[in-house]
Amino acid sequence: MTGSEQSGTAALPRRPWRRYLGSYAFLVPNFLGFLAFTLLPVAAAFALSFTEWAILNPPRLVGLHNFDRLLSFHREGSRLAANDPYFWKYLWNTVFLMFGIPLAVLGSLVCALLLNQRLRGVVFFRTLFFLPAIGSAVAITLLWKWIFQEDYGLLNTWLRHFGIAHPPGWLVTTTWAKPAFIIMSLWMAVGGYNCVLYLAGLQNIPGELYEAADMDGANWWHKLRYVTWPLLSPTTFFIVTMSIISGFQGGFIAAYMMTGGGPAGATTTIMLYIYQNAFQWFQMGYAAAIACVLFGLIFGFTLLNWRLSQRVVYY
Amino acid sequence: MSAPYDTLPARRRKRPRGLGLKLLAYAALCAIGFVMAAPLVWMISTSLKDPTQVVVGRDQWLPRRQVVSRYGPVYSARFDDVEVRGAEIAITPQGRRLRLLEPARLAGRIVTVPANQARPVERLHFEWRNYVAAWKAMKVESALGGLLRNADAFLVFYINSIIVAVSVTFGQVATSSLAAYAFARLRFPGRDKLFLGYLATLMVPGVITMIPVYILLSRLRLTDTYWALILPGMFSAYGTFMLRQFFLTIPRDLEDAARIDGASLLGIYWNVILPLSKPALAALTTFVFLHSWNDFMWPLIVIDSLGLKTLPIGLAHFQGPYLTEWHLLMAASVIVMVPVLIVFVIGQRYFVRGLILSGLKA
Repeated sequence: MTGSEQSGTAALPRRPWRRYLGSYAFLVPNFLGFLAFTLLPVAAAFALSFTEWAILNPPRLVGLHNFDRLLSFHREGSRLAANDPYFWKYLWNTVFLMFGIPLAVLGSLVCALLLNQRLRGVVFFRTLFFLPAIGSAVAITLLWKWIFQEDYGLLNTWLRHFGIAHPPGWLVTTTWAKPAFIIMSLWMAVGGYNCVLYLAGLQNIPGELYEAADMDGANWWHKLRYVTWPLLSPTTFFIVTMSIISGFQGGFIAAYMMTGGGPAGATTTIMLYIYQNAFQWFQMGYAAAIACVLFGLIFGFTLLNWRLSQRVVYY
Repeated sequence: MSAPYDTLPARRRKRPRGLGLKLLAYAALCAIGFVMAAPLVWMISTSLKDPTQVVVGRDQWLPRRQVVSRYGPVYSARFDDVEVRGAEIAITPQGRRLRLLEPARLAGRIVTVPANQARPVERLHFEWRNYVAAWKAMKVESALGGLLRNADAFLVFYINSIIVAVSVTFGQVATSSLAAYAFARLRFPGRDKLFLGYLATLMVPGVITMIPVYILLSRLRLTDTYWALILPGMFSAYGTFMLRQFFLTIPRDLEDAARIDGASLLGIYWNVILPLSKPALAALTTFVFLHSWNDFMWPLIVIDSLGLKTLPIGLAHFQGPYLTEWHLLMAASVIVMVPVLIVFVIGQRYFVRGLILSGLKA
């Protein structure tokens, strides 16, 4: 920990606890809130996942039943069938939407590289690119619902201009609903936080490295490939990790506002499924179990990502 | 506008050498800029259109409306090889019956042209009334504990959003900075263990705590109150962590000087630490405010009454009865978006710095 050498607690003289009252007083407001709204709830969530609870009746301990219902399979005739096929379907939906992450990261990098040029008017573009990330997600989702509208939406109007007589029904067909979600999230993400992080990363790269590369006769691609990209790898790692974490929890607003999770569950993500279980069907225990599994997935992927990064991230 | 990112270290990379490269960069910027701007412009454009001009399947960017004369809506057509304009006075099986207005020598004549050959004459027209209509579309019987009666719903949503976002921001900045000061500067048993506990929960996604916190609040009978919106947002491990990292960079000499002058802990916190931490505090403030203002899922879970809804869930509610009235939906969306954008433009410098503080040190 930073600063622990100079002010560590190891060498504290033994004093009556009253001496530290002042210090604890600083901590108390935050700590109480932290206890009530973070620490205890985390513990409670794990406990809840072993119960069946419909809010009205007291919770009933059911052991691993929720997890069995969620994750196991049973024999149906000659083949295996999932106990909760919806979970697997919605998990696939969630993962499908995360296929947009590489594109989003790449797009952010391109934006950052462009915005890092010393050009007139670049500030205007910076602000413009960032607007989608800052605006109310609900309003933006509503806007995209209108753009994706099958008959009169802007996108299909354009597609017809370009000679596609029968453009897809973006939000109303199982084939196109998920791609539509990805398009929207790309628009929101590309110029947003990730782009700013990349910009900061770019500005931390020492200029001497490019000068040295110039002396070696490197062209712009060489510089990008062998200087910029390796030096940005910590940023890329951070961005990818955060994108995966939020990707697993994603899709709620879009599904709630645009499709209600449809058509035929094609856009229901795990997050919406948890919401439905907990707050529409009042299966608190089951919802908590799904949340725990989701947490496990996030944790696992973050760990995996971190392990992989040991090989490719250059610090 | 001043350069918003001037807090960043100056870029030392060489400027692009050729004019061609510069032009290429501009072209790419403009292309991306177009993709970014088009939906937003479309939102504003739709919000200002006459209801009849919305679902027409044309990418009409400037809102237009058919000209209406005192005889009726105006069409243009070819009649006797002349371009004429006339007001439609009837629709007959043969076509539109027009009372000609132009050219002058034919004015007053009644002619019938086939319907598919008469084109509506349009003129630029901003339908500002959409905003009034959206604003007044819903009423709230009672809000602010009965203080407001039969008020326009969006006014109530605005007030609620401001109450919640300001309280959450103030609360979180206050509690986080106090705790961060303790973690960064004070010495007491258990400090580092406790801080490690805070760090560990930074990893825990919000989805885990959502259900237990809801149950806790409903047990306390606090759901569907302002408390449910404000209390959980007032404390954050993230804010504490970020501010602690910043406080650690403040030189100790200043505090020592204050201590010699007899300042109390609280005095040092208030008079030395806080004034020196303005950038970090501003960053956290902007961050928390925007997050709280745009938060959707939590208010959706804990709030039922229309009078307690914040702007995002109010907009979601508004969508219900006006599902296909895109001009109203877009006007409402603009109403919801605008204040955030203003806050952003004012605070973007701090915001970006906060992002970098939190992002790269995490």
